[in-house]
Amino acid sequence: MEKFIQLTDTAIPLPTENIDTDQIIPARFLKATDKKGFGDNVFRDWRYLKNGSVNTNFVLNNTEFKGSILVAGNNFGCGSSREHAAWALVGYGFKVIISSFFADIFKGNALNNGLLPLQVSSEFLKKLLQEIQENPSTKIIVDLEKQSLKTSVGNVTFDIDTYKKVCMTNGYDDIDFLISKKEKIAAFEAAL
Amino acid sequence: MGKTLFDKVWDAHVVDTVKNGPQVLYIDKHLIHEVTSPQAFNELEERKIPVARPDKIVATADHNTPTINQHLPIKDKLSRLQLEQLTKNCKKNNITLYGLGHENNGIVHVIAPELGITQPGMTMVCGDSHTSTHGAFGTIAFGIGTSQVAQVFASQCLLIEKPKSLRVNVNGKLKKGVLPKDVILYIIAKLGTNSGTGYFCEYAGNVFEEMSMEGRMTVCNMSIEMGARGGMIAPDETTFKYVKGKEFASKGDEFDKKVAYWKTLPTDDGAVFDKEYSFDAADIEPMLTYGTNPGMGIKITEKIPLNTDDSFQKSLAYMNFKAGETLIGKSINYVFLGSCTNSRIEDFRIAANYVKGKQKATNVHAWLVPGSQRVAKQIQEEGLDTIFTQAGFKLREPGCSACLAMNDDKIPEGEYCVSTSNRNFEGRQGQGARTILASPLMAVATAVHGKIIDITKH
Ligand code: SF4
Repeated sequence: MEKFIQLTDTAIPLPTENIDTDQIIPARFLKATDKKGFGDNVFRDWRYLKNGSVNTNFVLNNTEFKGSILVAGNNFGCGSSREHAAWALVGYGFKVIISSFFADIFKGNALNNGLLPLQVSSEFLKKLLQEIQENPSTKIIVDLEKQSLKTSVGNVTFDIDTYKKVCMTNGYDDIDFLISKKEKIAAFEAAL
Repeated sequence: MGKTLFDKVWDAHVVDTVKNGPQVLYIDKHLIHEVTSPQAFNELEERKIPVARPDKIVATADHNTPTINQHLPIKDKLSRLQLEQLTKNCKKNNITLYGLGHENNGIVHVIAPELGITQPGMTMVCGDSHTSTHGAFGTIAFGIGTSQVAQVFASQCLLIEKPKSLRVNVNGKLKKGVLPKDVILYIIAKLGTNSGTGYFCEYAGNVFEEMSMEGRMTVCNMSIEMGARGGMIAPDETTFKYVKGKEFASKGDEFDKKVAYWKTLPTDDGAVFDKEYSFDAADIEPMLTYGTNPGMGIKITEKIPLNTDDSFQKSLAYMNFKAGETLIGKSINYVFLGSCTNSRIEDFRIAANYVKGKQKATNVHAWLVPGSQRVAKQIQEEGLDTIFTQAGFKLREPGCSACLAMNDDKIPEGEYCVSTSNRNFEGRQGQGARTILASPLMAVATAVHGKIIDITKH
């Protein structure tokens, strides 16, 4: 996993609410047995029209908006537990998703792949979305160490689990940690 | 202060607690399938970590399998490779696999309970969000992502923060024609799709106490649709009777000892939940969804509500419905009876009982997909298949099928499908497909009439 400490970038606005993992990566793309290539199909059915041509109305196809930060509507990542959704977003190049709410499993999956799910208040989200839409070059500064987000519409702090923060800033993952607990686990099993 | 069912099971599985962080939770059973496991196996292999407890893992192939001609090689190359990969991984790591065609094969959340793998007081995980199904046994069961599948492979444990607790009480008498599916659709319609986020839910009240295990599984299955990690129902005599004698259940004294422990699990009087809701059973009617999330549900007699919200409008436009409309009388060409929500024997009994002596409408393509080989066999043994055939229905072979439309079972674009599955997201059952979630009774009634009818009047 890549380390995440600080990021300054522009953002892509996607104000739709309840974006579920079936939209992020449709089931028909889940047949792969490795993690590569999912980025090509992120939001597939929104990016392309039924006849296969590019949907110019969709924000990812609008060259005005660029960046590794996605700012999305409330309740992002609901639905299926498929981690392919996180792989697809990371594969496309996203490093941070900002929303006013994340579904549980998605949040965990994102953190396990070095993708930061950054939760802000719905008022702030609204202001931020509007600002980016009016001014696509709006810069967002995310500092994980300080748990802060800075933009022209204001500065806010965000919450993150202390343990997860250590993992992300150091690029560790849970497997390393759990293996270090081997003896305790063995003792627990022995007592079963 | 008393403890909740959830607390009791959780606390019994905590191996360690990280200061200001998550806990290390021991996992009793790990279920895997072809779609969310290959990358986890790769991960371990790359890091040269062995699978810690292959004896605690059970594998099946279900998500990506065809539901016709299962005896033939799979046509779709990627699907075939995915299954081959699962077989290879299981063999290499000594994991029990109930592959395609095996007598124990079927949807992961259907086979584990029917084989007695699922038992009260356990912790269970699977790389599939509907793992919540197993909570019907008083089990802490929840879906995990593939990185977590790798964690459990590596350590038989999961690093996780303890969720908050929620209780939903439903008491009173259910009306005729109201099934467990309607109860859960009603709860989700009332509470919304993220009311449960961060929580583990317990269902309590006489309505759940009187339900069969199949019904309880239908309810717990959809806990995730209100955002909860999982749902649970206290184990009781119904649970013990169901588990007893199953292949993986302990026998004799051993079993009695377990029952004695299971009896200590129900929530103590006076235990406090972080959140609690109560509903009156008499208020529940057969339910239907009209939108593109499972919370957009109405009673059969209700009209689609008015709402100016953008996502609501977008959802109605996708479904081609209008606010103020009733769904009764809508012509429907597709019906799906299946998925881990409603593909157990009881669901097929209800369906057969309704279609007996009737005929399927000619406009309807009805996909009846048993949840497992065992369910399929029992359908035959009980003679239900004859009833279906006489009514013009054909049964397919077990699998997830049109629930997620990964295989060829896709609803065509723009078509409505009355479905017993659990998700009505845009494109879930095929690109452009329009899903209406309902009970097995509503589904077969639709198949017979070729349109949605008010089942309470028939
Ligand atoms: S039937 Fe549907 S919800 Fe159930 S495990 Fe299969 S794909 Fe998931």
